[in-house]
Amino acid sequence: MEHVPISHVLIVTSAMFFIGAYGFLTRRNLVTMLIGVELMLNAANINFVIFDRYLYPDQLSGHFFAIFIIAIAAAEAAVAIAIFINLYRNIRSIDVEEVDKMKY
Amino acid sequence: MSFHFTILILVLPLAAFGINGLLSGKLPHRLAGWLATAAIGVATVLAWVTAYRYFFQSVSFEKIIPFRITWLRFTETLQIDMGILLDPISVMMLVVITTISLMVFLYSLGYMHGEKGFVRYYAFLSLFSFSMLGLVVATNLFQLYMFWELVGVSSYLLIGYYYDKPEAVAAAKKAFIVTRFADFGFLVGILLLSYYTNSFDFGLITDPNHAAFTTMTGSSFLGLSVLTWALLLIFMGGAGKSAMFPLHIWLPDAMEGPTPVSALIHAATMVVAGVFLVARMFPVFSFHAPEALDAVAFVGAFTLLFAAVIACTQTDIKRILAFSTMSQIGYMMLALGVSGYAEYGLGFTASMFHLFTHAFFKALLFLGAGSIIHAIHTNDIHEMGNLRKRQPVTHIVFLIACLAIAGIPPFAGFFSKDEILDAVLSSSPVYFAIAAFSAGLTAFYMFRLYFLVFWNRETVYDHKPQESSAIMLVPMIVLAIGSVVTGFIPFGKFVSTDGQPLHIEMNQPVAILSVVVAATGILIAWALYKKASPLPEKIASSLNGFYRVALNKFYIDELYLFITKKIIFNLVSKPIAWFDRHVIDAFMDFTATVTNKISAEIKELQSGQLQHYAYIFLSGVVLIVLIMIFNHA
Repeated sequence: MEHVPISHVLIVTSAMFFIGAYGFLTRRNLVTMLIGVELMLNAANINFVIFDRYLYPDQLSGHFFAIFIIAIAAAEAAVAIAIFINLYRNIRSIDVEEVDKMKY
Repeated sequence: MSFHFTILILVLPLAAFGINGLLSGKLPHRLAGWLATAAIGVATVLAWVTAYRYFFQSVSFEKIIPFRITWLRFTETLQIDMGILLDPISVMMLVVITTISLMVFLYSLGYMHGEKGFVRYYAFLSLFSFSMLGLVVATNLFQLYMFWELVGVSSYLLIGYYYDKPEAVAAAKKAFIVTRFADFGFLVGILLLSYYTNSFDFGLITDPNHAAFTTMTGSSFLGLSVLTWALLLIFMGGAGKSAMFPLHIWLPDAMEGPTPVSALIHAATMVVAGVFLVARMFPVFSFHAPEALDAVAFVGAFTLLFAAVIACTQTDIKRILAFSTMSQIGYMMLALGVSGYAEYGLGFTASMFHLFTHAFFKALLFLGAGSIIHAIHTNDIHEMGNLRKRQPVTHIVFLIACLAIAGIPPFAGFFSKDEILDAVLSSSPVYFAIAAFSAGLTAFYMFRLYFLVFWNRETVYDHKPQESSAIMLVPMIVLAIGSVVTGFIPFGKFVSTDGQPLHIEMNQPVAILSVVVAATGILIAWALYKKASPLPEKIASSLNGFYRVALNKFYIDELYLFITKKIIFNLVSKPIAWFDRHVIDAFMDFTATVTNKISAEIKELQSGQLQHYAYIFLSGVVLIVLIMIFNHA
């Protein structure tokens, strides 16, 4: 079986990560920002799996980490969306620039 | 012989204080008063039992320590104990304190009846009795010092009993500050002494053969040995508590307290604590620091005359008695000051004897004054007169007390004063002249008071003054009996410098002289004050300047005010206050202002913009990554 070189996968995950980071920093809509976060998380997931595969082919630790992160990400998304809904009820907007109450 | 029960003498008043103090809002007045009285009553019985066992059933008057715990240990040798020390003077003091306390407690049931804070009064009175008893049985100098402060604070609380009266509050503060100031000297003296002797224990530090005393007398400072300085400082504490010149200014003002309090604290017990202190340390004074003993004698003699002169001019009945107390304590100090040791220890015995008899007749005088004040609601003797018909019992007991203090045989004061005069005569003719002259003054001012109050003109009162109730009269009668019989106690047999019986013979010429002097004083008072006459006024105006000075107590209070307000406040306190405000405070303000400014500037960083934070965070991560990469390379 032909192996995909690790560098190829790493290029893909890096690209995913920075696209996610870019989205998180530039989007104004909180839901879109959440999608950016999900992209970053999944880039990390792929990295866990791929490093596990190439460094310790006979172990499954990396896979378990990935599954674990997916579960946590699901919970985090639920909490984040609950916050957005409450935010929307209060200020009728989910624009991140209007959410600046928590400061000095 | 077992003396373990003596701890109860202390515990009972303390318990009464605890119960009355904690339940002061809830206890009914009668119950609280009788509870405290019962506690002190049992303590009195125990004190008498102690005295009986100690003086009549023991072979010799050894120092007995029936109870002792180590309270605080500094080093192997230096430790503070709490305990009970029984020796002739402490047993004698136990009897005096408990007996006078019991009489005052009983009397107060009538005198303070219906007063606001009646339970509080009994709580403080019990606290005082406990502290004073703890003071006299102290086994070491530090325990004595702690109880010394406790009597000071209970005195403060009781002088300020009428705390809604500004004069009472001021008097309480004055008493506390003046005695505290003196106690500062006392503390330094204690530390100095214990630094060299490495002990607080009376058994060690009053042993004249203690090795440390030779080093202490060896090293000198400003011409006096270190030991002399230590004892002078300790005497300063005693002088403050006993209202000796120049630390006497608090005692006349302390009369703002309730009259029974004046009787107990400011006449019979607490004010003689200074005499007790000198007596306690007497072996050291006598063997190693005769200069300090001379100072005691001088201060005593001076106060004796000084206070007697002022007492002749005052018009407030309680203040006359206060100055009289100072004068009598002057006698005690003078007698201690001229006393020698062992067979030359007549002064010591005489001083303790006078302390004992004085407690009875001076407490009686105050209780009598209280009875009068209770009936006519004024302290001014010029508003009194002809009370002998209105208050016959008070009149009789007051007369007995006056005769006792004036030194007319067979009343108690005659015997003790005679011993003092005898002791002083063998020491110095100048002191003897002062003491004898003051004996005449004493008789004069006491009978001036007596005639003005009980004879003189008929005065119109708002309402008819009546004789006090039985609960007030009984203690007075008991004390009157005490004022008669205590003089016949052969004191030298029991109390002496070295524990050996001292044989005392009456010195006939001295006795005759003192009676003649006292009788002269009484006769002059009789001539001037028996009937209302213009004569006293004339004499006063012929002595114009001197009379006014004496009336104003030689302006000592004004002098103190001048020194504190004008000199200390202006020259010391004000610069210190300036330094505090403009240097110390300014520095603190400066740091606070700088912090404030900086945080105001940098708080803008916290914008509330989520993406702003994320951007900074990410920049940080990138920066760290870059640093790691380049460090690695």
